[in-house]
Amino acid sequence: MTGYAYTILIPMIPLVMFLVTGLLGMKWKPIVSGLLGTIGMGTSWVLSLITAGSYFFGGHHAEGFQTIIPFETTWLRFTETLHINIGVLLDPISVMMLVVITTISFMVHLYSLGYMKGEKGFARFYAFLSLFTFSMLGLVIATNIFQMYIFWELVGVSSFLLIGFYYTKPSAVAASKKAFIVTRFADLGFLIGILILSFVTGTFDFGKLTEPGTAIFGSAASMSFMGISALTWAMTLIFIGGAGKSAMFPLHIWLPDAMEGPTPVSALIHAATMVVAGVFLVARMFPVIHFQAPDAQEIIGYVGGFTSLFAAVIAITQYDIKRVLAFSTLSQLGYMMLALGVSGYGGEEGLGYMASMFHLFTHAMFKALLFLGAGSIIHAVHSNYMYDMGGLRKYLPITHITFLIACLTIAGVPPLSGFFSKDEILVAALHHNKLLFAVEFLVAGLTAFYMFRLYFSVFWGKDRHYHHTPHESPLTMSIPLMFLAVASVFAGFLPFHHLVTSDKMGFDTEMHMAVAAPSVLIGLFGIAMAWILYKKESAVPEKLAQRWGILYTATYNKFYFDEIYLFVTKKIIFNYISRPIAWFDRHIIDGFMVGIGLVTEKIAYQIKGMQSGQLQHYAFMFVAGTLALALSLVYFLM
Amino acid sequence: MNILTSLVVIPILTIIAILFTKGLKGARLVSAIGMGVQLLVTAVLLFSYLGLRKAGVTDEMVFTADYTWFKSLNIHYFIGVDGIAVAMLCLTSIVVFAGIFASWEMEYLSREFFISLILLATGVYGFFISLDLFTMFLFYELAVIPMYLLIGVWGSGPKESSAMKLTLMLMGGSALLMVGIFGIYYNSAPDGGPLTFNILEIAKIQMPVEAQRFFFPFTFVGFGILGALFPFHTWSPDGHASAPTAVSMLHAGVLMKLGGYGCFRVAMFLMPEAAQEMAWIFIILTTISVVYGAFGAIWQTDLKFINAYSSVSHCGLVIFALLMMNETGMDGAILQMISHGLMTALFFALIGMIYGRTHTRDVTKMGGLMKVIPFLAVVYMIAGFASLGLPGLSGFVAEMTVFVGAFQHQDMFHRVVTVVVASSIVITAVYILRVVGMILLGPIKDSHHEHLEDAKWFEKLSTVTLVLAVAAIGIAPLWLSDTIISSLKPIVERLAMAIPF
Repeated sequence: MTGYAYTILIPMIPLVMFLVTGLLGMKWKPIVSGLLGTIGMGTSWVLSLITAGSYFFGGHHAEGFQTIIPFETTWLRFTETLHINIGVLLDPISVMMLVVITTISFMVHLYSLGYMKGEKGFARFYAFLSLFTFSMLGLVIATNIFQMYIFWELVGVSSFLLIGFYYTKPSAVAASKKAFIVTRFADLGFLIGILILSFVTGTFDFGKLTEPGTAIFGSAASMSFMGISALTWAMTLIFIGGAGKSAMFPLHIWLPDAMEGPTPVSALIHAATMVVAGVFLVARMFPVIHFQAPDAQEIIGYVGGFTSLFAAVIAITQYDIKRVLAFSTLSQLGYMMLALGVSGYGGEEGLGYMASMFHLFTHAMFKALLFLGAGSIIHAVHSNYMYDMGGLRKYLPITHITFLIACLTIAGVPPLSGFFSKDEILVAALHHNKLLFAVEFLVAGLTAFYMFRLYFSVFWGKDRHYHHTPHESPLTMSIPLMFLAVASVFAGFLPFHHLVTSDKMGFDTEMHMAVAAPSVLIGLFGIAMAWILYKKESAVPEKLAQRWGILYTATYNKFYFDEIYLFVTKKIIFNYISRPIAWFDRHIIDGFMVGIGLVTEKIAYQIKGMQSGQLQHYAFMFVAGTLALALSLVYFLM
Repeated sequence: MNILTSLVVIPILTIIAILFTKGLKGARLVSAIGMGVQLLVTAVLLFSYLGLRKAGVTDEMVFTADYTWFKSLNIHYFIGVDGIAVAMLCLTSIVVFAGIFASWEMEYLSREFFISLILLATGVYGFFISLDLFTMFLFYELAVIPMYLLIGVWGSGPKESSAMKLTLMLMGGSALLMVGIFGIYYNSAPDGGPLTFNILEIAKIQMPVEAQRFFFPFTFVGFGILGALFPFHTWSPDGHASAPTAVSMLHAGVLMKLGGYGCFRVAMFLMPEAAQEMAWIFIILTTISVVYGAFGAIWQTDLKFINAYSSVSHCGLVIFALLMMNETGMDGAILQMISHGLMTALFFALIGMIYGRTHTRDVTKMGGLMKVIPFLAVVYMIAGFASLGLPGLSGFVAEMTVFVGAFQHQDMFHRVVTVVVASSIVITAVYILRVVGMILLGPIKDSHHEHLEDAKWFEKLSTVTLVLAVAAIGIAPLWLSDTIISSLKPIVERLAMAIPF
């Protein structure tokens, strides 16, 4: 148990790096901050690998993997039973996430030494990267749901800071604001979900919540609100939180805009790590969702399925390569959510759960590779747009090969890693829900098509007019590419079904040729279509776009969801709620208060005349008063 | 001398010392020394309080002292503190200390300015240590009156009318309060015996229910006005907008907390049955405060107005949480008072410093300040993050304690309004990020703003003090929260025993 005490260092090192580079970085040469951050991250990476090695492969696991808590302390006490602890929890999914986060983060640190070279705010960039990595690590090792919420918020804010890294650019500022507010809205759901969950169970602790056969839900079953059980509310609301971070439809709108951040940031945060936090959250709460709130699990499955289709369709029409990748991320996240939505619990039943985690792992590798590759391309041609690119395979050989590997991986071509993880998801979907299976099958084809549309138009086709001859990136940038390419190729051979499963017990699984073969075929079909349409430049895509008319325009404009967002924030909140309230406050409420003052003043002014100081007035009043009294007396006596 | 009495004596000595100085330099130096000493004494008080508790002293109030000063009405100078009062005193000392440095360059009538400012602080210190209703009220008035001069003389914009509005509305509150306090006094001995103003004595008896029902609204609303309870909050935007920096800091940071503090220490503690009965009315009003204030802030363009409405929202949360009447909720209320006090003082300090450079508070006329005054901009951002409840800063701790506490209530109504109130975290994010995006980020809008001087040493001292306090609570809240909870026990028990009629 105590053998893992060092794991506390894994998040602490980035925290220290954040404080050091954040406070002192301005005084140093930029490169010092960069190197310091990279070395620190490298240390965390090595520690994570050691942890994973000894956790997964040291000792016997016939009884399943144990949950280990090497460190825990009370941070804030609400009541006797409800308290926020801060600690480290090691179980298969958190250890896996440690590896994913530190690997990608280290690669991005290394890559950024080249990519961000000479940028203003280099030290700031590294400070924020460290802050993000710290928060993300704290999130995955959370021992209780409130610790997760704490780091969840910190992750959100580091994402905000990094998206808005180029803070003088209005579009970056707007994007960072949008990302923060949309996810904050989702976090409100998460928070209320936590409140309900803690109210009915009296605990935040993951151990107590997810223990098999636990009795804490005993009294909860009878509680309901508006005809829906309290736990379904809680889990659905918590899922909304996850959907915000993982950019599930309809909260996906912030992610494409988040591409305003520097490309390494997109690779780290908006492709490989932060956006899978929602998937991780659902996986963490999986036993509760599966047993206590099956309705919520249904919702998760359908939201995931719809998002993956929706995003894949949009990805086909985009021209900004980072946006294509962003929508591709959305689509793949949909896959992971869907897999959790269709999963059962325990052994082979829990295939979807295993597949989701597996896909999370492989996706992190190949999507980070795609983004870093895109960064390398952008670095070379100084544009984000596909129509400014073409024929780059001659100039960027390493980028070209690694990018091709990543494309093949995401398209699900065997024996690359994406094939294995996607295959498991499809099998799980087939067993559970035919409709979702059909959707995913279609999306597999679309994925292959839009990725190779991107690949062919960037690396093949005609040369464009470049400002200077594009050249391959420096070594600090190409080493991460090569490393991630290798990881993408071989990650599929990891025995995930023995390591990361719903009940922490390994199970055996085999290839499902009936699913694998068609899915590979549709992937190849997608690639072939892209080859025909985009390998050589032709007018066909243009014509097709025109043929589809409105549908194409709607897709190109992302089905106008950004406009809806703007309508809600600018028009409704700003103009129709806030403005009337401000007016009401100034004119009605304050007007009333001022009115009291004015009335007092007016009355005082009116009666002031009586105190004129002139004797004849007083004498007149005196006589008039006496007369009035006398007359009234007479009147009443009569 | 009792350490608590020294908290009132030191400011008075400082004021006397200022009388012997000439000009700005002397006045500010004396003030800084006086308030620095005050800060140290408060720190000593804090540690000796924690020491006493650790040693197992379980008295409800410690460091008590009792002198009769008006025998025929049984008025005492009776002082003593529990954990909550100590926490509020620490808050006051930090804010006053930061406030002195934020007005380091107050050229106009500087001696008079510092005297008024410290006089105000004296009232606040006296209020928090008092356990006698009359003495408490006396100090309360002492804190409110200098405000009129501070805004009317050193303010900006329509300062006379703002000062008038603020003072009159607060005086209206005082009038209600006075009725309430006398009501309590005349019912303090229902079974015969001498009448008393002593809070601890009154807490031992049960006031007649009829009297409670009549006087509770007076007392609660009286304090509530100072705590910006909807719909009596409109003095806040005008008053803050016109007040000079340090006054805004002290007023929003500390003075408004007198309202919340009085609400539970006097109104709820002494009249628990009425509190139980009428809580729902005020819960609805505070729920409105929280959401309404936040929405109100979105539309504003004056930085001070934005912060004033934000204060309405955050202070509404204080009273809301008090009315939950359980330990966690009330703990959250007090944490929120402290957190908001520090945060809003920081905000007003920064707004003053930014205004001193750009000569505008209109958010639409500023932009890209991060590039020219990075220090102030970064601190502003930290304050913004604290305000929108980022973990690691004090706002998160306070808000989460409030929400969790309120949601633990067994009654469905309380849980539903908690959800409504919790939605403010999103609205807060909207107006904070709007301001940050407009004034700090983006391109520089006004070419006059291209060469501004970043924070000077005293400005750094002022803001860093506050930032450190905000971060300290945010990072290690346990000791503070535990101290507050253990002090809340008698109050919560008394409220729980009161059966609503």
